[in-house]
Amino acid sequence: MEYILIIISAIFVNNVVLMKFLGVCPFFGVSKQVGTAVGMSGAVVFVMTVATIVTFILQKYVLDVFEIQYMQTITFILVIASLVQLVEIILKKVSPSLFQALGIFLPLITTNCAVLGVALLAVKPVYDYDLLQATVYAVASAIGFGLAMVIFAGLREHMELQDIPKGMKGVPIAFVVAGLLALAFMGFSGIA
Amino acid sequence: MSKLKIFTRGFFSENAVFVMLLGLCPTLGTTTSAVNGLGMGIATTFVLVMSNIVVSLVKSQIPDKVRIPSFIVIIASFVTIVELTMQAYVPDLFEVLGLYIPLIVVNCLILGRAEAFASKNKVSDSILDGLGMGLGFTMALMMLGAVREILGSGSIFNISIYEGDGALVFVLAPGAFIVLGYLIALTNILTKKS
Repeated sequence: MEYILIIISAIFVNNVVLMKFLGVCPFFGVSKQVGTAVGMSGAVVFVMTVATIVTFILQKYVLDVFEIQYMQTITFILVIASLVQLVEIILKKVSPSLFQALGIFLPLITTNCAVLGVALLAVKPVYDYDLLQATVYAVASAIGFGLAMVIFAGLREHMELQDIPKGMKGVPIAFVVAGLLALAFMGFSGIA
Repeated sequence: MSKLKIFTRGFFSENAVFVMLLGLCPTLGTTTSAVNGLGMGIATTFVLVMSNIVVSLVKSQIPDKVRIPSFIVIIASFVTIVELTMQAYVPDLFEVLGLYIPLIVVNCLILGRAEAFASKNKVSDSILDGLGMGLGFTMALMMLGAVREILGSGSIFNISIYEGDGALVFVLAPGAFIVLGYLIALTNILTKKS
């Protein structure tokens, strides 16, 4: 039950992109087609989960033990940056087909603030998650990111064919649509 | 390029938020009011100027292959300084901005300027570039925050300007997207005319 609550809350109620504004850059950058949106989401699920597990362990067994919590920001970003590199190298060897699919998205993920944001949120004392809960939270957040991204890409594909006023063409209308999507997701806040 | 142009392009022709669409997460996340936007803008400007100075100073020492990780470490150090300073001196603002302060590290604007400008230019130009880009970013955040505050809570800089509560939706998440969309549209129309 507890896990179901974490999952629903992370995917719908506190959606990373639409409610917490994390990972907005890739959300607008690679959402022109559903195909690329799915690829990016896959890469994010992968990296976010691994990054959260590693940073969570580091926080609990290194930073907290030695009371050097102020090193959190530097440690986490370094872990994520090297992890992305590592994932890239391993994928290339182990599963070339998956690497082909996710390849171009992996370097972009280092600067995806959703990864660092979720890693930081997962170790927040207010939630008091254990490792398994933190992992579930990371996976669910990433799925929430993917869900928002794929819906938005679908909307944008349709928008291509619409007659939009000149000044609103392109980015501005995309923002307004994202706003309406966020409004729709606000409807889920009744669940929690 | 003249010094003046390096400084001023961050405000209009290459404004980080309205034109380049960089650093969108803090732009949307922290602009629930004009004051919050201003606070976030100043914190980002500080990190941007300091990291530009350091990157520009050490640019010849860093091997090309490890420059991105090196830049990230430099930026992360200054973010930690800002984090600790804000926690000590402006705890209220620190609470409101919360998660977005450590996230300055992954603000693409800062890494972007380090890579595109500071790593190729001398220190004095890099300071001007950092200041211009940072203040342009601050201006954009303050504008967005002001519009959201006026529409959402009927006040500006915490000074009430009309009776009633305003439309709450503008303080919440959807309002951030919609207001920014219209501000970008406005910028597009204004810049195309001139």
